[in-house]
Amino acid sequence: MIVQLQNAASSAAKQLSEAQSLEQLSALETEFLGKKSVLSGLKKQLGGLGPDERKNAGRALNEARRQVEAEVAEARSRLESETLAATYQAERLDLTEQLTEIQRGHYHLVTQARDRLEDVFVGMGFHIAEGPEVETAWYNFEALNIPEWHPARGSFDTIFVDLGESEEVMLRSHTSPVQIRTMENQEPPIYIVAPGRTFRTDTADATHLPAFNQIEGLVIDRGITLGDLAGTIDSFVHAFFGGEVKSRLRPSYFPFTEPSAEFDISTPDGSWLEMGGCGMVHPNVLRNCGIDPEEWQGFAFGFGIDRLAVMRYQLDDIRELVNNDVRFLRQF
Amino acid sequence: MKVLLSWLREFAPDIDGDPADIGETLSALGLAVEDMTITGGGLEGIVLAKVLDLSPHPDADKIQIVQVDAGDGEATQVCCGAFNMTVGDLIPFAMIGTVMPNGMEIGQRKMRGQLSNGMCCAASEIGLGADNEGIMILNGRAAESDLGAPVTEALGIQADVLWDLEVNANRPDAMSVAGVARDLAAGLGIPFAFPDFSTPHAGTGSVADLTKVEILDPVLCGRFVGRALRGITIGTSPAWIANRLTALGMRPINSVVDLSNYVMLELGQPNHTYDLGKLPNGHLRVRRAHDGEKIVTLDGIERTLIAADGVIANSDDVAIGIAGVMGGESTEISETTTDVLVEMAWWDPPSISRSVKRLNLPSEASGRFRRGADWGVNIDRACDRFVQLAMESGVISPEGIVGGQIDVVGELPDRSPIRVRSAKVNGLLGTSLSADEMSRHLSSIGFGAEVAGDELNVTIPTWRWDTTTETDIAEEVARLHGYDNIERTVPRGVQTGALTQYQLDRRLVREVLVGVGCDETQPMPFLAPGDLGKARLPDDGITLANPLVADESVLRTSLLPGQLKAIAYNQSHRSPDASFFEIDHVFLPSHTDEVLPDEREYLAVALSGREAGDAVAVLALLDRALSLPNLQLRPATPSGLHPTRSAEVVVAGRVLGVVGEVALDVTQAFGVSGRVGWLELDLGALLDGPHGNKKYHPVSKYPSSDVDLAFEVPDDVQSAKIEGSIRKGGGKLLAHVSLFDVYRGAGLPDGMRSLTYRLRFHAVDHTLTDSEVAAARQACIDMVAKHQGAALRA
Repeated sequence: MIVQLQNAASSAAKQLSEAQSLEQLSALETEFLGKKSVLSGLKKQLGGLGPDERKNAGRALNEARRQVEAEVAEARSRLESETLAATYQAERLDLTEQLTEIQRGHYHLVTQARDRLEDVFVGMGFHIAEGPEVETAWYNFEALNIPEWHPARGSFDTIFVDLGESEEVMLRSHTSPVQIRTMENQEPPIYIVAPGRTFRTDTADATHLPAFNQIEGLVIDRGITLGDLAGTIDSFVHAFFGGEVKSRLRPSYFPFTEPSAEFDISTPDGSWLEMGGCGMVHPNVLRNCGIDPEEWQGFAFGFGIDRLAVMRYQLDDIRELVNNDVRFLRQF
Repeated sequence: MKVLLSWLREFAPDIDGDPADIGETLSALGLAVEDMTITGGGLEGIVLAKVLDLSPHPDADKIQIVQVDAGDGEATQVCCGAFNMTVGDLIPFAMIGTVMPNGMEIGQRKMRGQLSNGMCCAASEIGLGADNEGIMILNGRAAESDLGAPVTEALGIQADVLWDLEVNANRPDAMSVAGVARDLAAGLGIPFAFPDFSTPHAGTGSVADLTKVEILDPVLCGRFVGRALRGITIGTSPAWIANRLTALGMRPINSVVDLSNYVMLELGQPNHTYDLGKLPNGHLRVRRAHDGEKIVTLDGIERTLIAADGVIANSDDVAIGIAGVMGGESTEISETTTDVLVEMAWWDPPSISRSVKRLNLPSEASGRFRRGADWGVNIDRACDRFVQLAMESGVISPEGIVGGQIDVVGELPDRSPIRVRSAKVNGLLGTSLSADEMSRHLSSIGFGAEVAGDELNVTIPTWRWDTTTETDIAEEVARLHGYDNIERTVPRGVQTGALTQYQLDRRLVREVLVGVGCDETQPMPFLAPGDLGKARLPDDGITLANPLVADESVLRTSLLPGQLKAIAYNQSHRSPDASFFEIDHVFLPSHTDEVLPDEREYLAVALSGREAGDAVAVLALLDRALSLPNLQLRPATPSGLHPTRSAEVVVAGRVLGVVGEVALDVTQAFGVSGRVGWLELDLGALLDGPHGNKKYHPVSKYPSSDVDLAFEVPDDVQSAKIEGSIRKGGGKLLAHVSLFDVYRGAGLPDGMRSLTYRLRFHAVDHTLTDSEVAAARQACIDMVAKHQGAALRA
């Protein structure tokens, strides 16, 4: 019986190792391990053997069966790999034969810059305030301490609108009206930035647009100082432009801030780049909004958004921002 | 304001050091250096030359052939693009080999076949002025005997530094060389002093015998000082005066005009000279104009005045000058003038500002009056300086000085000392300066600053009209302490920043649209007249009062015209497939008493080359992203849109926009080819309204059953209605319903189409039995039949 077993096992081993397909393997598995297999037949004969012999023969039979089972598994694994390999071979693709293109849309460059600014300022504890683009002289000038005769009014190059009295309604020439609207509607403390479109009678050319975007910050709280303004601008500059970029304040003049300053950022070549204006909110502005300047102090700052996009991508013509040429829009 | 180092040194002799460092000090003081040039240096190869001959270039219209004598007595030929020279003119001439201040080296060139052996120079090209309109003509400023000499030598120009400073509106003092010197000296910690300009000549006679001044409006005129000069000669200014004026950007005219300008630039005091011979009995009256009063100004133009303008009138009460703005032609000095009255006045800044603006007559003089000139002793100093320079320029001899001066005073600004709390100043700046330190800073620029404990009694000088309050003083302290020396801190209050729900949702809308392949556009927010009409929209856009160009003179009431222009632009640049969106403001005419327009934030989606269905699909996506309550498409024919392929977008019963396709004649009118799917929503109203109420629905762990139903539906019944009835009938068991086939044609009556929906039924707590599914299916069919009158397709 042992001899029979050995013959059956070696025959199975040989055939399994030569199996050419999974179907053939299944047939062989039935042949060697199924109910009609030699091994099953021998198992039935175990009953007729004596106890010792039965024990030995049974052990041998189990061993032979395990061996064949292992060989089946091995053959299956071999055949499955071969099948997969054949499939892979048959499915070979040149991935650079690209016929379809998945399109995504693109955020406008100004939106990208504005969102990023908003995120940085939100991280610094600010809220985002917004206001109308058409404004009255009160919000655009008077409440900001720019009376009707003030020479600074001329420097705003305001675009007026055919509403109300002459020069009463205008396209806002800066985002500062949002300061007034916020202070009129909200008790201090106030921590806001106001991004939005502003307008000047600038003829469109490579570096100017009559409609452009600014962002303006306003902080009103107890004990706010010029030092806080300088520190806040510094924090912003680090967060937005990177830690190596420095900022500085230079005395300047705006009717709505006192003291006033221009703020500059450092450039890699060591020079300074003028970024925007800032200062401590003028007491008259606070009073115009019903805020007591003896109790509350604050600062404001503002700068251009479009220019950040122009700087970042070194655009040679700012008009690209309003041309809406897809060959431009889809670059970013 | 431009200043020269040499001129500044006349007031602060110790100014020294690297010009770039001095520039930094000026900037740190708030006098931003816009430009710095070293003048009179680096001009070695540029010599004085004389024009010998001018002839046309045989082959070019824009250049001519010039023969010059550059000192060797020979004719040197050059080609020149300027035509302002005449034979005999003295000019600066760059010889071959000269390196120009801009770095260009002059070589021998051929221009259209003609040799050019050098270059005739404009003032701007050699740093001797701003004039770039033509070649600098030096007749009268240089002598012909100096031909061939370096032009700087011939003109007596020393190497110097010129700074162009940005002077802010609150710094009237810095509109003068002396004022800049005062600030700079304080910044550098060096002495500042005015030279003595007085003349030892007492003068003959008395100005009071020649003229009399009455101030009828004391608000308009705070002070009017007059001096008289007799027997004047109008000639050419000395070279040093002409050179300085040129350097500071003013063109030398004649010795009288030049010295007037010189005094204004040096001391900040504008002044005006009247021909006393044209002033009957020398009587002047300062008053407001009569409405409609007319005057011919120095520029020969007749101007009509209003009661807000100020005038100087003669004894016949005829206006002979617009106060602080421009003199009149009738008393202008001329070749025949012998005696003059010099006016040095202080005018009310708001009055001057209004007149300048209304008459659109800005000038160097009115610019200084508008900021607030100095009404103090500087006026007397300016008078002295005028007389001194008049003698130096040969305008008068000492005998020409008339004794005394007219000095009439109106209302002047109050300069009583103001109380300044050092704690308030420190609290504003974030500094801890003592009252003494503050006092020192203020004194260094001429403020009176008496320390009294923690406070200061500050007397603000007359040259700082705009400075009146404690906060103004704080700015001066900060400026002189140095902004860079203020410690940088951040606000101590703890704040939490966040976007509002509106702002978050607006970003979500952008994200959805970018996700489906739409590019965000931001067209110029202006329209041309007729653009709205072209889009078949009501032509009621608000117009601009002073548009830059007519094509940008109307405010938008819809984003449609701008989007169609953008699509047309791209189609014409071979990008026919643009899918755009825009979120921007529109300006609807106000229907209330509000003076401001009804300004709203709109969203537009424009799908070039695509049909209405795609626009609706985008809307459906936004509906799901924003969880809009009960979005419906109400059949309508919105302006500008395809009448049978458009609808109003109704959210919770409110019409908040339109969707569909742009009308075919509208696309055509904008030069757009193909269809344009269109969606425009009042995004502000949408996001301010109820939305975003997302609810959790448990996901069923049990199998679901799909059922397809095809209904025969009349064309005028919306699929949305059928779908609504199916939902109603399916109730809680209906997990999902979607239209998956639309069929028109054979087998169906006219005016009917077949709509096939796939319904998915499930329950969250068990597997549905066949009879449950069958009952739900029937309920859907019944509901459609009952409410929409549509039956299953036979």
